Amino acid sequence: MEKLTNRAVQIDRTPMTFGERIYLPSIAKGLGITLGHIFKKKATTSYPEEKRPFSPVFRGLHILNRDENGAERCTACGLCALACPAEAITMEAAERKAGEEMLYREEKYAAKYEINMLRCIFCGYCEEACPKDAIYLTETIMPSNYNRASFIYKKEDLLIPNPKKQDSK
Amino acid sequence: MLLLQIDTALIIEKVILISVILMGSLGIAMYATWGERKVAAVMQDRLGPNRAGPFGLLQPLADGLKLFFKEEIIPDRSTQVIFILGPCLAMLTALMTSAVVPWGPDFVTKSGHVISFQVADINIGILFVFGVVSLGVYGVMLGGWASNNKFSLLSSIRAASQAISYELAMGISLIALLMLTGTLSLREIVAQQHGFWSDGYFSWNFFKQPVGFVIFLTCAFAELNRAPFDLPECESELNMGYHQEYSSMKLGFYLFAEYINMFVSSAIIVTLFFGGYNFPFMDQVATAVGPLLFSAICIMALLTKVVCMILFFMFIRWTLPRFRYDQLMKLGWRSLIPLALVNMLVTGAVIIWVIKK
Repeated sequence: MEKLTNRAVQIDRTPMTFGERIYLPSIAKGLGITLGHIFKKKATTSYPEEKRPFSPVFRGLHILNRDENGAERCTACGLCALACPAEAITMEAAERKAGEEMLYREEKYAAKYEINMLRCIFCGYCEEACPKDAIYLTETIMPSNYNRASFIYKKEDLLIPNPKKQDSK
Repeated sequence: MLLLQIDTALIIEKVILISVILMGSLGIAMYATWGERKVAAVMQDRLGPNRAGPFGLLQPLADGLKLFFKEEIIPDRSTQVIFILGPCLAMLTALMTSAVVPWGPDFVTKSGHVISFQVADINIGILFVFGVVSLGVYGVMLGGWASNNKFSLLSSIRAASQAISYELAMGISLIALLMLTGTLSLREIVAQQHGFWSDGYFSWNFFKQPVGFVIFLTCAFAELNRAPFDLPECESELNMGYHQEYSSMKLGFYLFAEYINMFVSSAIIVTLFFGGYNFPFMDQVATAVGPLLFSAICIMALLTKVVCMILFFMFIRWTLPRFRYDQLMKLGWRSLIPLALVNMLVTGAVIIWVIKK
């Protein structure tokens, strides 16, 4: 019969010699191995105090971006919701009224924008789909919580702070 | 009044000594659980408990507190009195053995009053240890049987047969040692191992009875139900073994008794084979420092050896895989007992024809 792999090794079934049956030398060898592990580098990082660097392509919590004047970039086109394989994004569009030009960049904006973080798989397709550079995935890890409702992130949770307002403070 | 004939000072002295030893063995057992977790962690390239207090030193307190606050469950179909008796017996026997260990040399006060660092100097010290250790099996047996659980019963039967098999080899290996020492009193055995070097040879019994020591140590592992012989609590076969039905502090007692047993048996091994509180150049040290400081140094020497022994126990546990039950029995009956018998005969022959006592 043809072999599946060439990695098969014939097991040595010769009876153990007296030296092997005494068992103490192999115990000493084993103790030597574990003793060596005392001086090895520990694999653990003490997490909250010490953080491992993320990879440059790490995808964490989402943000909704603003333009340089502090107006929301999102126009509620729905492409992110369409691209989302987990169907985590919901939004409702609204029309910009007169006098709201400083708040919203274009005539249409998202009145409601929700991401269900329990559904989200952090694939980053929404970021790729967005034609207005409005949604981005940051390097923040999603915080844990006690109830399901708090995992639905509203627009207020996602929008970054207004740079104009920060300056005036 | 018989009581008045006994020296009151002696009673007070012994009560203090007993409470110190009990508290000490509880404390050491507590930190042995911490030590075990640290040793396990270090050997597996981890950090181990480090959240509760500096270096996780408050971890055993947290564990104990947790066990106290857990719900106490007594199964409906269990034999309740025996179910409760089990862990109590395990704990009691664990604490009783330390009574005969000499923790330090006699301390003579200026008025000529002798204070002994041994609770009871009975002339059959070793037999007492053996008796109490054999009683320890009852804790496991009763607990496992009263739980009315098949796995618990199986495990306690295993524990009992394992303890009986290994006690034999342990006893025979000890006979060889006792032929050399000529006494059963632990105090005298320690006194014979004075210092480190006498009459052109090492005075510690380990160097006189290396084979006996290996057999005794192996049997001690088996008696303690510790890896690689922890078959009574073999998780993969018997879920948790005899303490499966136990919860809260009753479970804690079983787990804790194991660590106290480990401490006491380390003390016994050190006393029998590694010279107890003796250390090299102790005569020079005794003349150089005062008697009080000397006693303290002796006790520290004993405790250092005991801690090293406990670390060795842990070291073995995290290195060797568990034996299969038939391998365990084979090792006990077909290797250790014949080896112990041969060791005994050789020792006897050496005593008769070489040493010519």
